[in-house]
Amino acid sequence: MISGDGEGGSVEMETETTAAASAAVSATATAAATATATAAATTTAPDALLTVEHLSIRFGGLLAVDDLSFSALPGEITAIIGPNGAGKTTVFNCLTGFYSPDVGRLLMRHSDGAEVYLERLESDQIARRGRLARTFQNVRLFPRMTVLENLLVAQHAELMRGSLYTVGGLFSLPSYRRAQQAAVEKACRYLNLVGLLSRADEEAGALAHGAQRRLEIARALCSDPVLLCLDEPAAGLNPSESKTLRHFLRRICEEEGLAILLIEHDMGVVMGISDHIVVLDYGRKISEGTPEEVAGDPRVIAAYLGEEDADDGSTSSTAATA
Amino acid sequence: MTQDLRAILIELGITGLIAAALVFPLITLRTIDSFEGLTINARWLPSVLAVALVVLGRFGLILLRYERSAIALAGGAAAMLAAAYAWSSDLPLSKLFEVFLFAGGLFLFARAAIQWLVIARGVERARIDTARADAALALRRAIPLAAAVVVVFVAFLPWLPFSSIYMLDVGILILTYVLLGWGLNIIVGYAGLLDLGYVAFYAVGAYAYAIFAVNFGLSFWWCLPLAGLLAGISGLILGFPVLRLRGDYFAIVTLGFGEIVRLVLINWSAVTRGPDGISSIPRPSLFGVAEFNKRATGDLPLFHEMLGIPFSPEHRIIFLYYLVFTLSALVAIFTLRIRTLPIGRAWEALREDDIASASLGLNRTRIKLVAFGISAAWGGFAGAFFATRQGFISPESFTFIESAIVLSIVVLGGMGSLVGIAIAAALLIGLPEVFRELSEFRMVAYGGGLVLIMVWRPRGLLSFREPSVRLFDRRGRMRFAAEGYAVGDSPLAAPAPTTATATAMTAAPAAPATGGGAVGEGSVVRQKPTGSKG
Amino acid sequence: MAYFLQQLINGVTLGSVYGLIAIGYTMVYGIIGMINFAHGEIYMIGAFVAVIAFTLFAGFSFFAALLLVLVFAMLVSGFYGWTVERLAYRPLRHSFRLAPLISAIGMSIFLQNFVQLAQGARNKPIPPKVQGGFTLLNDGGFAVQISYLQIGIIVLTIMLMVGLNGVIHTTSLGRRQRACEQDKVMASLLGVDVDRTVSVTFVTGAVLAALAGVMVTLYYGVVDFFIGFHAGIKAFTAAVLGGIGSVHGAMLGGLLIGLIEAFWAGYFLTEWKDVAAFSILVMVLIFRPSGIFGHPEVEKI
Repeated sequence: MISGDGEGGSVEMETETTAAASAAVSATATAAATATATAAATTTAPDALLTVEHLSIRFGGLLAVDDLSFSALPGEITAIIGPNGAGKTTVFNCLTGFYSPDVGRLLMRHSDGAEVYLERLESDQIARRGRLARTFQNVRLFPRMTVLENLLVAQHAELMRGSLYTVGGLFSLPSYRRAQQAAVEKACRYLNLVGLLSRADEEAGALAHGAQRRLEIARALCSDPVLLCLDEPAAGLNPSESKTLRHFLRRICEEEGLAILLIEHDMGVVMGISDHIVVLDYGRKISEGTPEEVAGDPRVIAAYLGEEDADDGSTSSTAATA
Repeated sequence: MTQDLRAILIELGITGLIAAALVFPLITLRTIDSFEGLTINARWLPSVLAVALVVLGRFGLILLRYERSAIALAGGAAAMLAAAYAWSSDLPLSKLFEVFLFAGGLFLFARAAIQWLVIARGVERARIDTARADAALALRRAIPLAAAVVVVFVAFLPWLPFSSIYMLDVGILILTYVLLGWGLNIIVGYAGLLDLGYVAFYAVGAYAYAIFAVNFGLSFWWCLPLAGLLAGISGLILGFPVLRLRGDYFAIVTLGFGEIVRLVLINWSAVTRGPDGISSIPRPSLFGVAEFNKRATGDLPLFHEMLGIPFSPEHRIIFLYYLVFTLSALVAIFTLRIRTLPIGRAWEALREDDIASASLGLNRTRIKLVAFGISAAWGGFAGAFFATRQGFISPESFTFIESAIVLSIVVLGGMGSLVGIAIAAALLIGLPEVFRELSEFRMVAYGGGLVLIMVWRPRGLLSFREPSVRLFDRRGRMRFAAEGYAVGDSPLAAPAPTTATATAMTAAPAAPATGGGAVGEGSVVRQKPTGSKG
Repeated sequence: MAYFLQQLINGVTLGSVYGLIAIGYTMVYGIIGMINFAHGEIYMIGAFVAVIAFTLFAGFSFFAALLLVLVFAMLVSGFYGWTVERLAYRPLRHSFRLAPLISAIGMSIFLQNFVQLAQGARNKPIPPKVQGGFTLLNDGGFAVQISYLQIGIIVLTIMLMVGLNGVIHTTSLGRRQRACEQDKVMASLLGVDVDRTVSVTFVTGAVLAALAGVMVTLYYGVVDFFIGFHAGIKAFTAAVLGGIGSVHGAMLGGLLIGLIEAFWAGYFLTEWKDVAAFSILVMVLIFRPSGIFGHPEVEKI
């Protein structure tokens, strides 16, 4: 039953990519042209939620990210792809304040007009003021805490206010009880959404890998973000899980009005749901555009095919498009 | 078989040689002072006993390895019997040797018994594991009740027929360490930061109390909160620069701070009176109403005259006992409460993964600083109590060893478990009082104990963690769901059938026929039908 | 000037000893990433064994006795180093991060009190074995002296450093050690016996600490069971100052700590010299935890 479902998923995935591919192939030259055109245009999009300009970071002798500019629009899924070691996760770490970039401007423009320059903030301020939440390539939960507690930690700021910075909480004032009730309800809503409600009281570390990934996304959502950065959310998922994930991401993006920034190797996921794709290689942006445009870009194909021993799914699916 | 025998003999021989190399130079060749300087006074018996013990222990392990459970069982029993006999007779053996022999025998016996059950009786390993898990669960359930019984016992101890001044004194000592352990637990157990300089705050509290009481004549009830406050503030000041450091560096820096505070106490004679310490620290009065002296020293009336009973030194001890009991109770209540609050959860989140915590907007430094401050303040209270009980303090009382004892209590008890820490304090402080003959081995036992706990039970005696909040009660009903919880309210849920869409991520949306909750990880079976308002 | 020179000589002597102990910290940290808190006690055991052996071989000529003492101290300390690693650290290599440190603290307390029980709590003085020296400079009644012992300590330390450097960079043992430092899993896949290499590292550190212990016994002529704690912390400070994981750094850090202590004691208040050493530890860890020769660590996320 499950394997059948999985196969169905992967079959569908392939058809989608081939559809994208054929569209691209039909207009190879023009696609490449538009790709470069949009690459120039999107960096200065006025309605962008996140604008990254000239981001560079160096580790010792290695230029991990080199003069990268792109932007993410609200309600859209922007994917960052590229071969292993292209600097994708480093971009995330710069965005979320774990690395401080050598050069570059990282601007969040909120719908109320507030502008937040991420490169000036510490990682926890980025989460609160920039309203940017992320997941990690190697899932980072609080393993000995329960599923529900994981989600409550994500609502720390609200709960602190509700507990009057602990003082009210110590005396169990009604304001704290209300805040806690609200926080638990919110947690339940997201738990329900990712199908973990019945496991709320289990230790997070005891969940299966797929469930942990979902919990991590739910936890990120609980912190009330406007931009959700997902670092390889489909890694280690089976085809049916990965298909469900695709659908799920599309939904939260549309219905919560969220922007998603996605690092992913699973081309089925990337091509299937992204509105916009940025391709990195050796820290530099080599292409940008819609899935069709990117899939047809000869530079992208070269970057992927150049790495013959790359064993991730990306090689084969991009190769298929070529 | 003979080959095995040879291998075993070689193994035993090597073990014996190594043990001899370790103990012979230091134990046998004891240097003693004499008129011509140092001379060697050879002591053979202790070394021989130590080597014999090590070789016997190794032999026991070999028996277990070769699955000779019957022999191991007999050997373990024999070792215990021999130890018991030697303890009661006056053979010229050391008591320490007998204790070790007994402990080793017990260990071997227990391991051999389990092995025998598994092999000879065909009991499945899984069944033993289940039995163990069941026992652990039963223990876990029984803890609140047991804790309540112990609290009642401790509360009424002074009035029980067998209680004595000595018992109360030991009780006060244990409760002081319980207080310290619970204070350190906040930083080590919850926030996961190894603080090796906790004694610094203990010292700040004690000296603050002593200086305020002696130099400014403030009463105990003013000095106690002041001592806690000062210790807390010093915690914030010391904590601020170091809380960004990684785990092991943090440990070493706090160790450095602890030593700096001690050296300052020794050298800053103008305030601390240097190595001589501060003496004649005033004793606490009965809430400023009466004092516990035999003859009046101040304006306060005397306790025994007030009640019209004969004077007894026991009155003050009972009062001190209840004082530290009350302090401990307050700390326990506070700790249990704050653990379920967002700040307590944030401490644990930082312990579990501080990078994930930062990505969720937790200000790491501030949260750790709060833990550090509170922990330091509790240490300060304990210090103030220590000062008033002793009536005399000096830098001698605040060495690294003190930090290490409190740390052993927290680690042995199970980091984060208040009950475990109380048990550990009773064991580590109470046992040396019981085995007075062996009290000189106390520190050796603490040191060795820390190593053994880390190797065998790194999470301590009581290692399970009670969640700070539960969604479901024991019968599986959802708490918190009384009013507002509504599955259908989710903006992500399509207006269509709630059950199918609510679990967007487990139910494959392409196949709504599967009917929601049935797919995936058993997803939401407990959905509340009342939930959908839309 | 003369006073300065004298403090410099004293500082370099002291620094050599700290440096030798610091190497043990830095090598162990480099290979298994833990602070071997019990290392100071190994040094203390080395010093104690030196006292015991000097007493035992009192009838021998000085050089014969010294040779025997060195061998004896190195052997016993080496055994202790090996056993400590085997019993207290190896079982914890995959435990939670602070477990080895707690275990090491336990080991340190254990060894300290074990020696106290076995040898008594009193100071152990031995008669001076090497006397005399050169007067380098006589400046207005203040004679700058360097004793034979100081020369011996400095020369032996330099020889050991050169030797150790050679071992690490040319022999297969050094190669194995460096391989384990980089990646233990990979090293074991390539046939390096990781456990053995770690053991050898501990024994090397212990032997160097024992030599330091012998030197200190000769230099100060008195030993007590508490010396391991302070010397250990200072040597650790030296290792951190130089950049933990770097052998050259440990030596340089040791020299710096020795000099700072000597000058502090010479020009400021002797009583506060330990405070100065601890303050340096705190400052370095807070402001430059990677030390002089270390590389700043990039947090892996």
